[in-house]
Amino acid sequence: MADCVDYLVGETDVVERLAAAAPDVPFSAATIDFLHALHQEIARDTRAREFPDVATFGFFCRRANMLVLREKQRADLSIRVGRGLVFHVAPSNVPVNFAYSLVCGLLAGNANIVRVPSRDFEQVRIIKDAILRVTAGPQYRPVGERIVLVRYERTSDATALFSSLCDARVIWGGDATVQDIRKAPMPARSHEVTFSDRFSFGVINALPFLANGAPEKIADDFYNDTYLFDQNACTAPHLLLWLGSAENVGAAKEKFWQSMHEVVCARYREIEAVVAVDKLAMFCLQAVEFAGTRRGWGADNRVWRAELGRLPRGIEEFRCGGGYFSEYHAASLAAIPAIVSRKYQTMAYYGIPKAELEAFIRSSPMLGIDRVVPIGRTLDFSLKWDGYDLIAEFSRIVEVR
Amino acid sequence: MPQERQTTAALKPDNAEPAGPVNDGTQGASTSVADILNIPPYSLNREEKARLLDLVLRQLTRRHYENCAEYRKIVDALGYDLDSERPYSELPFIPVRLFKSLDLLSAPRSEIVKTMTSSGTSGQQVSKIYLDRSTAANQTKALTRIVSSFLGKQRAPMIVIDAENTLKDRNNFSARAAGILGFSIFGSKRIFALDENMNIRVDEVRAFIAQNPSERVFLFGFTFMVWQHFYRALASGGQTLNIDNGVLIHGGGWKKLAQNAVIREDFKSRLREVAGIPQVHDYYGMVEQTGSIYMECEHGYLHAPAFSDVIVRRPLDFRPAAIGEPGIIQLLSILPASYPGHSILTEDEGVICGEDDCRCGRLGKYFKVNGRLKNAEVRGCSDVYMQRVVG
Repeated sequence: MADCVDYLVGETDVVERLAAAAPDVPFSAATIDFLHALHQEIARDTRAREFPDVATFGFFCRRANMLVLREKQRADLSIRVGRGLVFHVAPSNVPVNFAYSLVCGLLAGNANIVRVPSRDFEQVRIIKDAILRVTAGPQYRPVGERIVLVRYERTSDATALFSSLCDARVIWGGDATVQDIRKAPMPARSHEVTFSDRFSFGVINALPFLANGAPEKIADDFYNDTYLFDQNACTAPHLLLWLGSAENVGAAKEKFWQSMHEVVCARYREIEAVVAVDKLAMFCLQAVEFAGTRRGWGADNRVWRAELGRLPRGIEEFRCGGGYFSEYHAASLAAIPAIVSRKYQTMAYYGIPKAELEAFIRSSPMLGIDRVVPIGRTLDFSLKWDGYDLIAEFSRIVEVR
Repeated sequence: MPQERQTTAALKPDNAEPAGPVNDGTQGASTSVADILNIPPYSLNREEKARLLDLVLRQLTRRHYENCAEYRKIVDALGYDLDSERPYSELPFIPVRLFKSLDLLSAPRSEIVKTMTSSGTSGQQVSKIYLDRSTAANQTKALTRIVSSFLGKQRAPMIVIDAENTLKDRNNFSARAAGILGFSIFGSKRIFALDENMNIRVDEVRAFIAQNPSERVFLFGFTFMVWQHFYRALASGGQTLNIDNGVLIHGGGWKKLAQNAVIREDFKSRLREVAGIPQVHDYYGMVEQTGSIYMECEHGYLHAPAFSDVIVRRPLDFRPAAIGEPGIIQLLSILPASYPGHSILTEDEGVICGEDDCRCGRLGKYFKVNGRLKNAEVRGCSDVYMQRVVG
């Protein structure tokens, strides 16, 4: 038995039992019923109202949404069953991500051991309490037995134990965490899904932006994409590309950053001294690396902008949390493939028709970019993530001929 | 301590050389740093100092702009106009950490005579500071001017609270070695109080004091070494020294001792108890601006000498903070000529306590250093500061 593991949901002896439990089929009625009950339980918890991320998660779990997702998955006509036991190493940065990972594991038909963030987030507590209350009822006990939430420090040998038992392992957490967890061997047949360090960027079409009568709404959306988690979520844009005529781009930038500054003033906490120094230091390094860099207008250290003279490869290395953006006026979407590497994840956009984006992605196959989503939606969870279909990853195909 | 108060008229060097170009500061082009270093370090008031620094620091900015490509790119990117005659408080400043990731020189490599490094812990990048002959000489001169105003002009027997083998690599100076060597010019004879295992050599120190009767004994060491290997070694061994003519100068920061706030409060009285040392001065400075250090006065304030200055800036917009308002410390110095380190933003928090009116009589700004800037409470990020994350 592993050392120093705190079982938030489930008990120590349940782990070995889970490894032996039979899997379920994806989107089983029992799982959907349970998730709907969880949705109701979270909706009843007054604490959840203070945490939009918890409320959003609860809403995601409702039956109507699950039925839509099941319908989309029907495109895959294979017979699928859960792999068995999935071991989830949740990211430490986004408090509710562990819950989405768990839902994917459950929906695919698995038993789950989920390592939650070591930091004591209130969001984790609210969701954990809701799970405990729902699974106390006898009708949800079978699903409840598929859920173990654990918290432990890096020094524990728990990762080795859970890895040795699991049929699939999912690691959220960046390159260093992935390499670290990979040191723990899994059974030969086990499958692994990893989420590494990624880089995200945005594209704004100046003319539609200028035509929009509510720039503050777009700025508010962009705030949620970026400042909400200090640009530390992998989905947060660090680079902003502008499309359109020089005149329109100039006007759009002014309007956009003026609105952003107002939103940041209203919603963001005080700028920390270290972050202010970080931004200046990153800007200096960038100026040295890329000739022609200029500081864009900023009333203070809340927003730092590095306007690029050209769009260089390797720009993803020059980023800094807490409100630091590189910017470039691109002639068209065709400027993008030259810089995109495997590191690129989310492309957030405003004012570009979806059909045009689809045509762009189809006509320019790139090593990166897994998601193209409207500004304001970068943090939305989807069963398709980082280029993976998570239900397919957490289940196996049974061929019958 | 009595200070040589000088009026504007006495701005000329105090060693009776003919008045240099310093006096006609508005003309500019050839203001010599060496001449300025002849000004008694705490003798300029706000206006006098501004007249001097506006001119010299503007010249230095141009020098680095013209001779250091990296610095030029930074100044251009920040949109700073070199031809504007703005006060020195509006000159560009660069974060001190740039000296860790970039090689910044404003002189040909062939003229570099010494490379200083910061004392980073293993695995961390260290600052690399490149000195040509005249920058190195000016550092020594500045240090001499500052320290001798506290110690007197006569050299004194010197007790270094460190081990001799700290100096072993003469080509690559650690901050500690550079500090010991730099301050050694004030010693007539020198003894190292610690052996290579950092054990105190009490008998040798006693013998050294007995053999070198003097008006004054100069002790020097890094704050942490003084506390850990001198004070604590004496106190735990139940031993005492009686250096009642001692002046201890220590620096290097309180970082390693920060957990224990009591130490800072009681540092002086404890040293008096175990070693009888009546006079103890902390100093603040960094390897990026060696020479122009900030000495602590009898009233516990750090003082900016004539040839350097400190500005405390607000995190929100980098504007200068008011007196009494804590912020990020910027340091300006006229010494760095071979590398663009004349205006740097530190990662320390400090507060200006006043200007020209310290009870000790020294002119210039006086201030306190509160310690390193606090690590950011990075929302969404967890275990490790600035660990990049993923979702």
